[in-house]
Amino acid sequence: MILEVRDLTKIFGGLKAIEEISFKVKRGIILSIIGPNGAGKTTLFNCLTGVLPSTKGHVLFEDEDITQRRPYEITEKGIARTFQNIRVFNSMTVLENVMIGQHSRSREGLLTAVLGTKKFQREEDEIRSKALEYLEFTGIQDYAATLAENLPYGDQKRLEIARALATEPELLLLDEPAAGMNPQETMALMELIKKIREWGKTVIIIEHDMKVVMGISDWIIVLDHGVKIAEGTPNEIQNNPYVIEAYLGKEEVDLLS
Amino acid sequence: MFLQQIINGLTVGGVYALIALGYTLVYGILELINFAHGEIYMIGAYLGIIFLGIFTAAGLTQYSLFLSLFLTFVMSVIVCSAYGFTVEKLAYKPLRNAPRLNPLISAIGVSIFLQNYVMLTQGATDKVFPHVIPVTTVEFLNVTMTSLQIFIIIASLLLMAGLHLFIMKTKTGKAMRAVAQDKTMASLLGINIDRIISVTFIVGSGLAAVAGLMVAMYYGLVNYSIGYIAGIKAFTAAVLGGIGSIPGAMVGGLVLGLIESLGASYLSSEYKDAYAFIVLILILLVKPTGLLGKSGENRP
Repeated sequence: MILEVRDLTKIFGGLKAIEEISFKVKRGIILSIIGPNGAGKTTLFNCLTGVLPSTKGHVLFEDEDITQRRPYEITEKGIARTFQNIRVFNSMTVLENVMIGQHSRSREGLLTAVLGTKKFQREEDEIRSKALEYLEFTGIQDYAATLAENLPYGDQKRLEIARALATEPELLLLDEPAAGMNPQETMALMELIKKIREWGKTVIIIEHDMKVVMGISDWIIVLDHGVKIAEGTPNEIQNNPYVIEAYLGKEEVDLLS
Repeated sequence: MFLQQIINGLTVGGVYALIALGYTLVYGILELINFAHGEIYMIGAYLGIIFLGIFTAAGLTQYSLFLSLFLTFVMSVIVCSAYGFTVEKLAYKPLRNAPRLNPLISAIGVSIFLQNYVMLTQGATDKVFPHVIPVTTVEFLNVTMTSLQIFIIIASLLLMAGLHLFIMKTKTGKAMRAVAQDKTMASLLGINIDRIISVTFIVGSGLAAVAGLMVAMYYGLVNYSIGYIAGIKAFTAAVLGGIGSIPGAMVGGLVLGLIESLGASYLSSEYKDAYAFIVLILILLVKPTGLLGKSGENRP
């Protein structure tokens, strides 16, 4: 198990955004988290990555309790994520964006940088060539020198994935990666996510596009009103009467099968 | 006459620019106008007098003036950076998640505190900068420059170039830009936000220390209230260039210095201090984002 979530609860004021959610994630799979809007999916991501402190419960990553860790510490442990909305660093180039991702993995100190030593140069070159590899992996290497804000939408989403990968995570969390993409871009995205799994990484995605979810998931967790109502293989989920009632609806299931 | 005023303007402008950078760096990252920043500059000026006094008493200045001045700069920068670091930890960090007005009020409080602290410990009267630096004048194309002016202009430009390289090229500089744009995303990419904020205060305070020390050398007199007017003017320079923009603070400082010096010689020197604020009002009316500032939509 790469990740274990135990009774995770987040309360905003009086509202329980997520309530006693528990699940385990096997290494090397693609797990999808689905559910209607307001089900607590993004809140769950925020609690896993330390963006929001959880009210109760525990998160174990590679058997280590990371519940109250700060976001940058959790990133160092090996969890990376993207957001629903695009959050690239607009005024930096595509390459610089990815190099920032390498930040936590390089040893360069302030002094060596100021003195411009050989060691600093070597490390910079190393970071740069690694960053280029991630750009190539996600297929946006041609844009390396472009300002991130000038990228087309779909490529900005790829850049976010490249930047997250640059932190060298074992577990990658993607929040609605296919949102706003056209069918071709969505297809390419599915291939990319599968490629990340083949590389040995574990991926958790939040996604509304059922073609994506059913097409790439090894396992699915369904949330509704902050509670886990089901989990299972895509096949099991499509035939689960609770899920059909709460979320999928009869037509969607007919359409998929 | 005109060229002469350009040189005078660049001298003062370089100093404004160095202080303005501190405002703009902190604003870029915390969206806080650090009103205590002028006091850090004032402390830098005092530290210059103190350390040079110590080195002179110890006989180092007589042995090597260059070494003694160099160490005075280094020590002032280190101690001022420690002040900036501590002010952030004590007065701003606890208010990180408070409404925006709270840290602003805290900053004004720190400013009043530091002024009075220096007044009590150093006295309310002017202090004289030790007369140890021989000032030579250089004549060139009918322009008279003192060696001190040349030093101030060159030192300011070098520091600005250095800061630019630091921000654009180093890992820490890139992290500072990332934090300025999106703190949450930056922290999720493994950047320790608290560390970057500390670095920002340390760098800004170090630049202010150099500015304070150079002004003390230039005018020869220092008192506890010089941080107020210099701080307001440097803030004006930062707004003029576009607050949050690093090239903006550099350009804004130099432009403000030139306006003051040209205004004083061609219009009236009585209103020398007023020009800065006339410029501030005009900028806020005509282009509130400043010369090089971005419009609000681009800022997260």
